[in-house]
Amino acid sequence: MTEPFRVLPHIGPDNQFFWTSGRDGVLRFLRCRGCGYFIHPPGPICPRCLERDLSPEPVSGRATLFSFTVNHQKWSPDIEEPYVIALVQVEEQDDLRLTTNLVNVEPDEVRIGMPLRVVFEDHDPVFVPLFEPA
Amino acid sequence: MTSYENRVVISGIGQSAVGRRLNRSAIDLTVDAALAAVADAGLTVADIDGIATYPGAGGGPAGFAGPGTPEVQDALRLRVNWHAGGIEGPAQMSAVINASMAVGTGLARHVLCYRTVTEATEQGGGGRSGIGAGIPKIGGTLQWTIPFRAYSAACWLALNAQRHFHQFGTTREQLGMIPITQRRHAGLNPKAIYRDPMTLEDYLSARMVTTPFGLYDCDAPVDGSTALIVSTADYAPDTPRPAARLEAVGTALRGRPSWDQFDDMTTMAARDAAASMWERTDLRPTDVDVAELYDGFSFLTMCWLEALGFCGHGEGGPFVEDGRRISLDGELPLNTHGGQLSAGRLHGFGHIHEAVTQLRGDGGDRQVPGQVEIAAVANGGGPLAGCLLLSRWR
Ligand SMILES: [Zn+2]
Repeated sequence: MTEPFRVLPHIGPDNQFFWTSGRDGVLRFLRCRGCGYFIHPPGPICPRCLERDLSPEPVSGRATLFSFTVNHQKWSPDIEEPYVIALVQVEEQDDLRLTTNLVNVEPDEVRIGMPLRVVFEDHDPVFVPLFEPA
Repeated sequence: MTSYENRVVISGIGQSAVGRRLNRSAIDLTVDAALAAVADAGLTVADIDGIATYPGAGGGPAGFAGPGTPEVQDALRLRVNWHAGGIEGPAQMSAVINASMAVGTGLARHVLCYRTVTEATEQGGGGRSGIGAGIPKIGGTLQWTIPFRAYSAACWLALNAQRHFHQFGTTREQLGMIPITQRRHAGLNPKAIYRDPMTLEDYLSARMVTTPFGLYDCDAPVDGSTALIVSTADYAPDTPRPAARLEAVGTALRGRPSWDQFDDMTTMAARDAAASMWERTDLRPTDVDVAELYDGFSFLTMCWLEALGFCGHGEGGPFVEDGRRISLDGELPLNTHGGQLSAGRLHGFGHIHEAVTQLRGDGGDRQVPGQVEIAAVANGGGPLAGCLLLSRWR
């Protein structure tokens, strides 16, 4: 199946786990092995306890919609408007947020606070985490 | 309160032609603005011993950056004791704040400070292109937005605005009073780009860019250069036109430096810059006679109104909703030149230029009635924020 055009991330040692995580359908974030804090975007240290021992850990993939915008502007010739850009709050931690897109929902049905779950768009080796109504 | 700011004034201002498609180079426009500011300050080019700009050469979309300080220094053969240009700092205001610190510490006496854009000419008729649009891969912090087709600050800030709408009941009818009122001010400004009156119906029926932002919530790319001379206060008694005294600068960034990870999406960095400014002065928001607050998007102006304490957090909608408070004869005349929404995207420096104009009483048809003693100026949105409090030299 041919997926729609997306600008994809450059993959390096710091972000590879995140962008390839969806291969097994699971979303992962970097987590502090000292205090359990999830760190996003990935960084070299836990900002809460200054622990350096961090590792990618799975999360449930459940989230709530924190904010959104329905984009109508043609910024790029490769894409069909309108589409929904979303800021989601991941269930595991209050300040664990992700900018993403909502899929499988009509723009006028989108409501802040709605429950969501992750789905991945396959751009092998990158799997882009998107969200749909749960 | 004694602070370094007491040793600093803005002694001169200058601006090039401003227009939608001037077809002139950025350095050419910059020299126009610089020479106008030097003359306005009662100085000669030989008196200028410092230079500062934002963001410095290169980077950003076409026409965004303007010339760096080496190009301008060399064009005018300035002999400088201090120079700086850069994009990291308290938004566009960082150029002025850096210059003020150079003057306040005695490194320089008269700093030429400028911001130049040629976005209208260089982006041509095709409209604004998206950041990263069309490239196959992206790295750095933009990897967290561009793959999700959030190609513009419009998309990023629409998320903040929608959250504000949700949390406080803010409406498009309220937000629209910012562009509508500013358009009325622009009608009195001969240099403004859009001067025809705008009705609420015009505002609401304009095409949507990215909800809740319609066309008139977004500023208008132009070509133009604005320059200021930041001088030692010793010089203020000798300026041909009244200097503007620097009362306080606002520079703080206490939340995360991020568009989508800032702790309170409804305030952004404006909260911190504004708080730090009020910590440096005995003046209060009720002392302010005129406010020139950044409006790359209308919503940013609402955020600055709240952050600076002209109304409470979340009360920006009701504050602007009848348009009266923010009109020229209201309690807080706002963006009296029309702002970037109607007078063009001079990227923050248009607001500083207008604040000094109003403090001098030089606003012509758009001059705020009564003596303007104190002006608040703010630049930036998202994680970028810097602000100034200026007063009329007496
Ligand atoms: Zn930790």
